[in-house]
Amino acid sequence: MTGYLADVAALARKDLRLELRARDTLPAMLLFVLSTLVVFHFALPTGADEVAAQGLLWVALVFTALLGLARAWAPEREGGALEGLVLAPCDRSAIWLGKAAAVFLFLVAIEVVALPAFSLFFSPLDGSAVLGVLLANVGICTVGTLLAAMAAASRTRELILPLLFLPLAIPLVVGGVGASVSTEPVRYLTFLGLYDAVFAILCWASFEYVVAE
Amino acid sequence: MFAFLVAPEDADQGISQRIFYFHVPIALTAYACFGWGAWKALRLLWTREERYDLESYVGVHLGTIFGALTLATGSIWAKASWGKWWVWDSNQLVLFLVLFLFYSAYFMLRFSIEEGPRRANVSAVYALFGVALIPVSFFAIRLAEDFIHPTTFTRDGPQMTGTMFLAFCVSWLAISVVAYTLYRVELLGKRLDANLRELREALT
Amino acid sequence: MSQSDYVVAAYAIVFVTLLVYVAIIAAKLARLERETAELAELARARRDARG
Repeated sequence: MTGYLADVAALARKDLRLELRARDTLPAMLLFVLSTLVVFHFALPTGADEVAAQGLLWVALVFTALLGLARAWAPEREGGALEGLVLAPCDRSAIWLGKAAAVFLFLVAIEVVALPAFSLFFSPLDGSAVLGVLLANVGICTVGTLLAAMAAASRTRELILPLLFLPLAIPLVVGGVGASVSTEPVRYLTFLGLYDAVFAILCWASFEYVVAE
Repeated sequence: MFAFLVAPEDADQGISQRIFYFHVPIALTAYACFGWGAWKALRLLWTREERYDLESYVGVHLGTIFGALTLATGSIWAKASWGKWWVWDSNQLVLFLVLFLFYSAYFMLRFSIEEGPRRANVSAVYALFGVALIPVSFFAIRLAEDFIHPTTFTRDGPQMTGTMFLAFCVSWLAISVVAYTLYRVELLGKRLDANLRELREALT
Repeated sequence: MSQSDYVVAAYAIVFVTLLVYVAIIAAKLARLERETAELAELARARRDARG
């Protein structure tokens, strides 16, 4: 078990180190989320209530996550390293978990900037909204990395990922928006937790088949 | 086959309620097809037998066709009883829209991967995600109602009488038979196609 | 449009879809039949050449 976790940590650390060295994805995601928020300011007519802005925050987050996910397997693909990783003597689901952890950290990193920016531009966020964002992050990473691995196997990689991902992200958006606007957010947070659990187990069990030849 | 389909028309009931006999059985059949596709996908991952790939694909394919029919009939029903072509209040319709988008992506995915075990595996995993998505989206849409439509929507559902229930069962059976027949025919055609291709390669 | 028209429309859509599906299957069957005939011809020619 500790060996498994060590593999996961090593893989995640490798991704983070790659990103720190190359700085491809993170600045792009950051700029994207900020410019989306600015666009939304102009998309909302005056008089639109703050609740509408809360919904738009989720649109911005999901699309930013998509931007990051599309690049998630790029280092492996370009270097042809995925075949090597698959053959490596570690559990294949560890590859997925490591990647998901790295994407999760990326998302948290951009949200550290995006959420304060949102409160500054539009309306302040409460604790349950932040918790909702965190829980939704887990779901986005687990499902997203698996789907990105699927998309990497296809001819139309970047094109197909949003198509695969958005229908699966609808429940996340529902839970997240509910958590940020509802007066009793516990139900929505529970729902998000449930979603994370169900899909994490499913992805964990099925990743092996996606990368195996 | 069509005699089956015409049969429920004879049972006389309230006029716009009639769509119900088509709409609901088609929706149930679509769920059954998706479930069937996912079951075959699970079998594929479990046993790694190639034939399950085609069976799963045909199941999902039919499910999508029936799903599209559900959307069409549901939309007409909405127009007939509520005066609008699309109502977001109807949970089932929204769920079918989500599923339709999801499974359309399935075809995009499938046709953009080279044929082989990799494609079979990826499609199977995606089909499995579909059945997990059905209940999850169902709950999500129920939850979303609370903040999207604060006014609750009362649907006047008259209790089904004996004959109505009978007509419903007959049409459900009919649609299931149609679906099963189409499934067999489609599968047969696909297998024949594959065999012929192999034969052609052997001969030339 | 009256209520009954909608019912007719709904039934018609289902019916037409099924009809189109059956037509597609028929076309496919015709194609498969043609291919089988072609292959049979090929096999026959080969047998004649050999025998």
